[in-house]
Amino acid sequence: MAIYGTALLSICLICGLLIGKLLGLILGIDANVGGVGIAMLMLILVSTRLEDRGLLPKPTQNGVLFWSSIYIPIVVAMSASQNVVAAMSGGTLAIITGTVVVLVCFALVPLISRIGRGNSETIGDES
Amino acid sequence: MNEAWQVLEAILTKYSLVTAFAFVGIILWISYRLSHHITRGRMHGSAIAILIGLLLAWVGGRITGGTKGITDIECLAGVGLMGGAMLRDFAIVATAFGVRLDEFLKTGLSGIVSLVTGVLSSFVIGAIIAYAFGYRDAISMTTIGGGAATYIVGPVTGSALGASSKVIALSVAAGLVKSILVMTLTPLAAKWIGLDNPRSALIFGGLMGTTSGVAGGLAATDERLVPYGAMTATFYTGLGCLLGPSLVFIVLRAIVGS
Repeated sequence: MAIYGTALLSICLICGLLIGKLLGLILGIDANVGGVGIAMLMLILVSTRLEDRGLLPKPTQNGVLFWSSIYIPIVVAMSASQNVVAAMSGGTLAIITGTVVVLVCFALVPLISRIGRGNSETIGDES
Repeated sequence: MNEAWQVLEAILTKYSLVTAFAFVGIILWISYRLSHHITRGRMHGSAIAILIGLLLAWVGGRITGGTKGITDIECLAGVGLMGGAMLRDFAIVATAFGVRLDEFLKTGLSGIVSLVTGVLSSFVIGAIIAYAFGYRDAISMTTIGGGAATYIVGPVTGSALGASSKVIALSVAAGLVKSILVMTLTPLAAKWIGLDNPRSALIFGGLMGTTSGVAGGLAATDERLVPYGAMTATFYTGLGCLLGPSLVFIVLRAIVGS
């Protein structure tokens, strides 16, 4: 049933948020520390385990996949809820930040490709 | 006529989340049409939809004088629920589904290095530019740095740390600029950065992180590279959400204080 997948997703998110909150308390910051990221890792680990044991039939998967496929619309709804009027006064900041980040990361691609290649050669030698 | 609108408005307001689904669905339909017919797919439909969303948020803010964009118009309040933290985080976690950890680990060191480098360099660049523009508290710098990562990491980091709506909106805008630039510039830069094999596509996805940007940019470069880039990019937002409100914030707070 689709609800099993959706429930699994919910449980992962709740657990992730709980761990994130506890991490925040431990670190002494009033914030949820990576709850969403932890929930994502949990979902990957749990769903991989379940799938390997054949416990993840198609209907169950659909209960998760629907929410994954509704991700872009939710992001659109999120963007429509933002305080854009206030942000417009700082529009240059957004453009400069976005541009610089993209250019720097483009330049990093060949640099890290080189590291990767070196690594794979080592593995090749060992085998 | 006026009465008819009042009846309709009452229904739209009462069933606000249903209204939001219809409203956002129409925005996406228009966006994908525009993407296909006007830009010939060069600009991804999702990017156009987000641009329209931001434009509507601006219109809403202008009309109502409120701080929550289009959702301050009563019958569109459901858009706020749909795009609020609860469903947003729920959908983000769902996107991790189907990514197999072992598949990713096979890519070895380069994938992880690109992810960590991509996330941290985005935060650093965003934070430095934020500082230069006068946002000198650790919360705002981290949030704008998160926006430089992706338009999801920014708001997730911002709401976790309690940043102002203005700063969160700025971070979304920065992430959107990044996403659009990745989509449009990738085919042009591909040759220059050696983006012509699965390994470099994986690294590219890890460095850029913006899922729609990477998916759109790689599709426009070489469709066969899309799954490789998208796989690492899927981890990026999670890693950013993990590192932003924790490590990055703590380090930045130690540097700039408060």
